Parts: sequence; structure tokens; C-alpha cells
Amino acid sequence: MSAQLKMKIAFKLFASLTDYLPADRKGNRLELEVDEGTTVADLIRRYNVPEKSAHLVLVNGVFIPPSERIRHRLQAGDELAIWPPIAGG
Amino acid sequence: MGWNRKVLRVDLTAGTCKEEPLNMQWAQDYLGSRGLATKYLVSEIDPKVDPLSADNKMIMATGPLTGTMASTGGRYTVVTKGPLTGAIACSNSGGFFGAEMKFAGWDMIIFEGKSPKPVYLFVENDKAELRDAGHLWGKSCWDTEETIKHELQDPLVRVSSIGVAGENQVLFACVVNDLHRAAGRSGVGAVMGSKNLKAVALRGTKGVSGIKDFRAFMKATTDAKKVLADNAVTGQGLPTYGTQVLMNVINEMGALPTRNHRDVQFEDAGKISAEAMAEKRPSDGKSQLVTNAACFGCTIACGRISEIDKGHFTVKNSPKYWGASGGLEYEAAWALGAANGVGDLEALQYANMICNEQGMDPISFGATVGAVMELYDMGVITKDILGIEAPFGSAEALAKMVEMTAMGEGFGKEIGQGSKRLCTKFGHPELSMSVKGQEFPAYDSRGIQGMGLTYATSNRGACHLRSYTVASEVLGIPVKTDPLTTEGKPELVKAFQDATAVFDSAGICVFTSFAWTLADVQPQLDAACEGEWTMDKLNEVGERIWNMERMFNNAAGFTAKDDNLPPRLTTEPAKVGPAKGLVNGLATMLPEYYRIRGWTPEGEPTTETTARLGL
Repeated sequence: MSAQLKMKIAFKLFASLTDYLPADRKGNRLELEVDEGTTVADLIRRYNVPEKSAHLVLVNGVFIPPSERIRHRLQAGDELAIWPPIAGG
Repeated sequence: MGWNRKVLRVDLTAGTCKEEPLNMQWAQDYLGSRGLATKYLVSEIDPKVDPLSADNKMIMATGPLTGTMASTGGRYTVVTKGPLTGAIACSNSGGFFGAEMKFAGWDMIIFEGKSPKPVYLFVENDKAELRDAGHLWGKSCWDTEETIKHELQDPLVRVSSIGVAGENQVLFACVVNDLHRAAGRSGVGAVMGSKNLKAVALRGTKGVSGIKDFRAFMKATTDAKKVLADNAVTGQGLPTYGTQVLMNVINEMGALPTRNHRDVQFEDAGKISAEAMAEKRPSDGKSQLVTNAACFGCTIACGRISEIDKGHFTVKNSPKYWGASGGLEYEAAWALGAANGVGDLEALQYANMICNEQGMDPISFGATVGAVMELYDMGVITKDILGIEAPFGSAEALAKMVEMTAMGEGFGKEIGQGSKRLCTKFGHPELSMSVKGQEFPAYDSRGIQGMGLTYATSNRGACHLRSYTVASEVLGIPVKTDPLTTEGKPELVKAFQDATAVFDSAGICVFTSFAWTLADVQPQLDAACEGEWTMDKLNEVGERIWNMERMFNNAAGFTAKDDNLPPRLTTEPAKVGPAKGLVNGLATMLPEYYRIRGWTPEGEPTTETTARLGL
């Protein structure tokens, strides 16, 4: 088995989802080294974010629909940001 | 009935208060609040009237659901011709004042003329009289409310007033009720000041009577409240984090206008966000956010109550600001913060409090400061002119400018004219980030394309509350659309504009529309109001109101040329983020918008359209 290649990405959880980040977090952002090919859904699962709470999912500011999270592979340097259901105005 | 069927007409010149019946045919055609008050206004004033002259009128109006059991049914509206824009002005506020007007037995109050000396209106059920306000002139909104309650010996009196900004006719002065709620935009407070009307104090003990079918109404309002409670946005998101949760979202999307729209992302967005408001400060171990708050009848409770850091430079010698007070909402935090590059959350809360205290719209104020800072950066406005240094990012400059503007001191008089007049005076009209003279709110239309059309066509100048396509383009409500394309946006904007006119005219809060559609509002209106209120009728009423406002503006002298954006947004592409390389595609959207509106290419409703809508 060949060694899995790694890449760096940023993982951000906002509003009430912040609680799913490790306790020693600083702010809302974690820098992670993940396996190449890691999908959005992989990280949502890894941090135990309930699926229905991962409401607004952006990669580099672009919306990822729920149906694409399982196949959207992250690229090195990507910024993944997730919010629960929210609104403003 | 929903309506009390009674209008109070106050002639400030003559000093008289008279009762007249509500025009019930107009109520059927224009519903209430925004729609009905605008119908009265456009029928009674010359569209070309000077907004700050005695010939302009100002109407405070409730909707048929105001004061009822409908969730968020506490709204009232101030309608007039706006001095900031010269267009129709219609500003809507929550709190408890609107419901009190209904409880006193009135649907609306029409103010006309100009009082020879400062007065305030006191209404106690059927009794209405003008009282001397000489002792109140020069007082803040907060002190005015406290003084009136004290002299009437009634803490339950509800007060709407202007502060010093309104007295000085700051063109973005607002009318503040219940200390922290405001009819905020377009300078309705300056019109009130021009009439020497300091405040309106209401006491009503009649409750709401005349609901057409109270059993059906109880069911409809209960069902609709369940929809709000069960919805994750209105049931959890808004009460917990308030509107301010958008700061990081919009920044992440590259649509957070920064430093007078030079940039689309703010490096300190996180420091001025909802998350920052909830975090404990190192200085005193407390968070700025104390609790959330609700207006009359509201089951969402998005309001913020905050406490500033007592040791902050803005307030360390001013204990009167140390208590809990109205907190930052998203639009205010953006305008006072990102628009100027200021990342000091406590300074924003201070500026926000001064805006509430003296009655100023923080959006137009903050955005005008952004223009001043850009002109300072260019060397056009110097320290000699301004009296202070004002580079982007200076919390000290923000704090000083809010004081100067609120009290009409020094360069504050120029800021109080708004960015359009100020930038024109200093030779750079293109740097005013406004439409029809009113400053943008907190969404960059290069990254959220539909908002460009929303701003350009808004009847009261740049505004997010006339068609909040952010709901669809960012949040996926009711369906997700791509924020980076213009495709489908004309239809989306029209649909939002017409539906919002109905929400506003019903007397409820537009935030319900994060969970409700018109189909949730319709059974409530149909049970409350005489006549048959079908979905078709509501859609038509919304479209009629929009066209009526447009026709007033056209008659006031606006043309298709005014449905425009500053060149920065249509020629300078976004530098970073998902919209990198994009400008707003207004030129693509506007002709299609006119077509689906039934307007000519010059932006005039066709005779077919006016005939169809009975205008």
C-alpha cells in the first residue's frame, strides 16, 4: 500500500457549530493536514457535525449543495466553512 | 376588520387634531401601513414638494395585523417624501409603539404643516393634543422618552421621537421608538424635525377589536407561529445569533463591502461578528452580547442587547453608556465597521449607541464615513478641513465623527448631508456608494448579483429591505440561486419586491419571510380583515403598491437614469473571492426587469400596467 499523500486545508465552523471544534481552538478556524481526496462530507463526519446542522457549506466562498458534499473533493489550500441554519438582514 | 377605521389628522400649523374615517376602499386596495399610508401621501402632496418644507406631510401608520396576536405584529411605518433621496420614503420599525397606536384606536396619524414652535403629540385613546416641547428640544431620544414618561407619570406610554440629529435635519436622521428601535432610513427624522415635531407619545387601553373571524384568526396565527418555531432559521438561528451572524458568511463569499467598496473582504470581519459579540473579552471577562430581545408580539426575538466594555476609550469617562443597550445588528456593524475598515467591536457599539441616542441611521452614517475616509486617503479632505486624522481603520475617527454628526458640530454638518452631497461638494461624486442618494447596505453586488438590481430599482434608494434576494442567493430561502449570475434575477427581484410590500403593509416583520411565504400570511389577513383576501389579491396588492411608489418617484423627477449603480460596481471588478474579476451585471438585468414589470424601456409603467392594477 502506497503512502497516502497529504495536503493542507482550512476548516471553519461558525455560530453554534463552533462547539464541534477542539477545545484548544483559536477563533473559528482550524488548519488541517488531510489525505488527498478528502471530501466535504468526510470532514463533516470527522468532526461529528450533525448533517442537518451543516446547513450552509462554502468552499472558498462558493456554495456546495448537500447532494455534492459526498463527492466534492477538497484541494490543497481550500477553505471549508460551515454554518447552521441562519439568516440576517 | 383588522383596521380601526380611524385616522388622526394633525395640522401642525394650526395646532389642531381631527378625527376622520379611514378610506375603506383604499384599505381594500392597499392593505395598510406602507401601502395605505403611501396611497394617502401620494394623493395629498405634490411629488415635487421640498421634503423639508411645510408642504410635505409625514404619516405614521399601522397595518391590519399590528397589535394583534399575529407573530411580529408590532410594526409601524413612517411614510413621507424623503430628504436624503427626494423619493418616496417609507421606514418601518418594531418595538411597541405601533401596537400602542392600534390600542388607542387609530390606524394612522397624518402630520401636515409646520408648528411655529417645538411640540409633541400626546394621544390617550380618543384624546389627542399637541403639547409644548420647548423643554424637550435639544434632548436626545433617550432623554425625551424618559422626560415624557416622567411628566405624564406613566411608564407605559410609548414614545417615538427625534434626537438632536433630527432637530438639525441631518438627512439620514431617523425616528426612534422604545429607545433602540427606529424607522431608520431615508431621513424621516429630518422631516419630523423640519415640522418642529419632537415626539409622539401614545397610550392606548382599548386592545384590538373587530377581527372579522376571531376563531379562524386564532387558528391561523397559531398555525403560523408553529411554522416560525419549527423553522431552524426563525426558531433557532435568529434568536441565538441575530442578524450579525451574516458577517462571516458574507465575508467568506467575498461580498462584504470594505473601505467604501474598494475591497470585498475585510481582514477583521471575525473581530466584529456575532461570534465575537458572544465571546468573553479579555479586559473584563464579559461578552458584549448580554441577551436577545423581542418586539411586540414577536416569537423570533432577533434583537441584540449589549454592554460595552466600560474601560474602552470611547466611554471610560461616560458612565451613562455603561448599561445594557441596543446592540449591533448586521447592517450597522458592517456600516460602522467594514465600510470604514474599523475592526474595533467596542467602538462600533459606541457609535451604534450614539446613533440610537441622537436618532441617526447607522447605515447611511457609517457609509458616509467610508466616503470621508477614502477622500482623506486621497488627500482631498485633509486634517485641516476635518479637524481630525481619519485614515481607514481609525476607531478614534469613527467615534469622533459620530459625535460631531449627531450634535451638528464642525465637519459633522457635512457628514450629516450624506455621502452623495458630500462627495459632490469635494469633486468626487463617483465615490458616493449610493443609489438615488441613499447609501448601500452590507452586500456587495459584484458578489451577489441580484442585489445590484435590488439597489438600482429600490423605490427608496439603495436598500436591502425592498427585495432581500440574499435570502435566495446566499441562504437558499425559498430556493438557492447562484449569486454570481444575473440569470433569473429580474424575476427574483420582482417577486421579492411585490411580496415584501405585502409583508410591510400587513404590519408584520419581514423577517417572518425566512419561514413564511405569502401563503402563511394570507389566512391570517383573511381572518382578520373584511373582504376576501386571496393569494391572487395579495399578489396584486403587492404589485400595485410597488407601481404606485414608482409612479410617485417618476412624477418627482426620477427617470431610468436613476436606476443605476456607482461606476465602481459596474467597472471595477472584485479583487478576490468567488466574484474575483466580476462587476455587477446591471445592464443585462435592467431591461428584462422593466419588461416583466410591464414598464416601458424608459422605466414608466405602461397604460396597460396601470389599468390592470387600477392605478
